[in-house]
Amino acid sequence: MNYLASIGSYALMIKEVFRKPTKWSIMKSLILKEIDELIYGSMGIIIFISFFIGGVVAIQTALNLTNPIIPKNLIGFTTRQSIILEFAPTFCSIIMAGKVGSYITSSIGTMRVTEQIDALEVMGVNALNYLVFPKIVALMLYPFIIAIAMFVGIFGGWMAGVFGGFLTSADFVEGLQLEFIPFHVTYSFIKVLVFAFVLATIPSFHGFYMRGGALEVGKASTTSFVWTSVVIIILNYILTQLLLG
Amino acid sequence: MIAVNDIHKSFGEAHVLKGITTTFDQGKTNLIIGQSGSGKTVFIKCLLGLFTPEIGTISYDGKVYTELSADQQRELRQEMGMVFQGSALFDSMSVSGNVMFPLEMFTKQSKSEMQDRVDFVLKRVNLVDAHHKFPSEISGGMQKRVAIARAIVMHPKYLFCDEPNSGLDPKTAILIDNLIQEITEEYDITTVINTHDMNSVMEIGKKIIFLKDGLKEWEGTNKEIFKTDNEAVTNFVYSSDLFKKVRQMYIEERN
Repeated sequence: MNYLASIGSYALMIKEVFRKPTKWSIMKSLILKEIDELIYGSMGIIIFISFFIGGVVAIQTALNLTNPIIPKNLIGFTTRQSIILEFAPTFCSIIMAGKVGSYITSSIGTMRVTEQIDALEVMGVNALNYLVFPKIVALMLYPFIIAIAMFVGIFGGWMAGVFGGFLTSADFVEGLQLEFIPFHVTYSFIKVLVFAFVLATIPSFHGFYMRGGALEVGKASTTSFVWTSVVIIILNYILTQLLLG
Repeated sequence: MIAVNDIHKSFGEAHVLKGITTTFDQGKTNLIIGQSGSGKTVFIKCLLGLFTPEIGTISYDGKVYTELSADQQRELRQEMGMVFQGSALFDSMSVSGNVMFPLEMFTKQSKSEMQDRVDFVLKRVNLVDAHHKFPSEISGGMQKRVAIARAIVMHPKYLFCDEPNSGLDPKTAILIDNLIQEITEEYDITTVINTHDMNSVMEIGKKIIFLKDGLKEWEGTNKEIFKTDNEAVTNFVYSSDLFKKVRQMYIEERN
């Protein structure tokens, strides 16, 4: 019953987020601030992880290709497919659930604990719109990070493959071009947009409706990470079935 | 004036407010006192419109809150100022930004007009050198002053304060009390203060409402509270030996 009540509260929260907009001039500055915090601030970690994961995927594939009949360009092919289909959209989103999700839950939760949200509501400000809507808009730029993650991940694979002596650059590039289906990139970006909405709203829900003190803020952050990850993984399955199945 | 008529508020099985009827007068500091758990915070949140009573009405100069449309309720909220127990200043904004926030949200004033108003209210609460500081960089007393400045910046008709003295030293607490009283009289505001502080009761309690178990147990002024025979009130207000002696001296003096 608690889960059903939470789903209901979440739906009502979403409705409220898109109602009674805050003054546009203020909203604009809030959106820019959130873009800086959530998007620009996440680039470093995403680039770092993508580069090394791309490298590891290439090395793992190379080490498992013991049969001389299998062409070396399969390393490039596998790296591309892994990065574009799953690593960049899904794995990065789980990382973002930890980084951005915890930040959102703890910042909104702290505002709840210190009565700052009550202060907004007393003034007549739609607190949900003021706090959550800019985050949703900012995270609609999340696909740009993922595009960078795809590029850097594949570049990492190329570096590891070529400089590790596993294959030539020409083989890797040939693998990258092998049986390329452009819809896979579209599929990936559709997933990313859905995950972006999840990344903005589930942590906000856990922060906004939390009760208690500092300890509960910590617990809410952990719960928010778990639920954001669970929802992303379930949606990943559903969207894959719908779009590729 | 705020008129409260027989309000009831429950949370599940807990019946917190059990039918309170009273009025809060304009231009006066109206105090709500009572033990922890007596329903003071729920009462003030009902007055603020954060909780809706199941039964009863609250009217603000004749406007019944629950009979207003959502837009009218929002307009009415803009006539209210609130000083929270922990000040509730926005951490990410400077002192100046905190005070300017309601002006930016709800007025079409130019930047310079807003800045002039911010300078004026900060000067009014005796804060002149803190414009660019952040809430974490100023003392608790200064935070309270900023909260008062933010609450009055929109020329509110109603000012609500939830334990404005909590966590302050006695001297600063008296300064904050005096400031609230001066502002109330100067701008003819209906001020409602939720407090545990007996100094506030004695100093600025132009009208005092004592709550017990969700009911209004007693109502009167700071002069009348000395003379009351209501046992619940005397046990609460004169709980310390010092206050008991003060009361005894006062009664002997009058006799």
